[in-house]
Amino acid sequence: MSTITLEDIIKPENLVYKKTELLTDNVMSYCPGCGHGTAHRITMEVIEEFDLEEKTIGIAPVGCSVLAYEFMNIDMIQAAHGRAPAVATGIKRVYPNKIVFSYQGDGDLAAIGTAETIHACNRGERIVIIFINNGIYGMTGGQMAPTTLPGMISSTSPYGRVVESMGNPLKITELVAQLPGTYFVTRQAVHTPAAVRRTKRAIKKAFENQLTNKPGLSFVEIVSNCNSGWKMTPVDSNIWMEENMFPYYPLGDIKVDGELVKQK
Amino acid sequence: MAKIVGAIVVDEQKCKGCGICVPACPFAVIELSEEVNGKGYHFAYMHYPEGCTGCMNCAIVCPDGVITVYRTKV
Repeated sequence: MSTITLEDIIKPENLVYKKTELLTDNVMSYCPGCGHGTAHRITMEVIEEFDLEEKTIGIAPVGCSVLAYEFMNIDMIQAAHGRAPAVATGIKRVYPNKIVFSYQGDGDLAAIGTAETIHACNRGERIVIIFINNGIYGMTGGQMAPTTLPGMISSTSPYGRVVESMGNPLKITELVAQLPGTYFVTRQAVHTPAAVRRTKRAIKKAFENQLTNKPGLSFVEIVSNCNSGWKMTPVDSNIWMEENMFPYYPLGDIKVDGELVKQK
Repeated sequence: MAKIVGAIVVDEQKCKGCGICVPACPFAVIELSEEVNGKGYHFAYMHYPEGCTGCMNCAIVCPDGVITVYRTKV
């Protein structure tokens, strides 16, 4: 052991993991510790594993991930706010052989784009939606989102969200799971290695559904942190997320192969 | 008996010092450095390199994908 030096280990033949080539070398514009980067990377790893980089078209949203096309080294379109599922629908119908996915945050998918999301899911478009839920509008400065938890402090609910006057958090994933057009609906997270592996398997299944032309839309929610918006350190925000977000947004598959696996 | 040894290489200039990799490491190999990189972040480094088995946990959770992992048997 003592004779082994770092130079003996760090050799090209011993390489077991490096960032995928489908992410550009641009430094991601996300805050330190943001789950967006991990979600980007595992999405691109899945596309690389299926060898789909030539035939995949991604739709970037408006929000923190508006610059996703700067980091994902595949064909991308940036849609108007909330309209990514509508743009994805159009592309998939014009190019049925392409693999189309949209990558959206909660301000995009669950607020301004609720109509597009629900109708794309209800029509059963054969696309993949990756939904990052951090319970806050991160890019604009941490305002309350439809997904903000009751009592959660944001810049527009400084004393915490009051359900009586501000409404209930929107569980859009459970909502779309009820629609007959969705084929695979799941909720995952990316805060620990085990969670990242599970999320990657879920994204893989979603793309596999589209590759094999399964009848319906695959919807992957990723509960993520927003340490800047929540005013916490990255590690603390992950602990806070486990303690507060997961009871309200429980992880796991909600609909598999067109069948609801658990009723809420 | 064969022993698995690993090592990580952190892209120090791209690391944002978020520290997500520190609790993810099962052998407490990683810590954030005292020094800062060009952007003023305390980047991650191998504090206890003998403990690394190349399990890839740190690289899998790294939001910026700055960790490259090597592993071999000795």
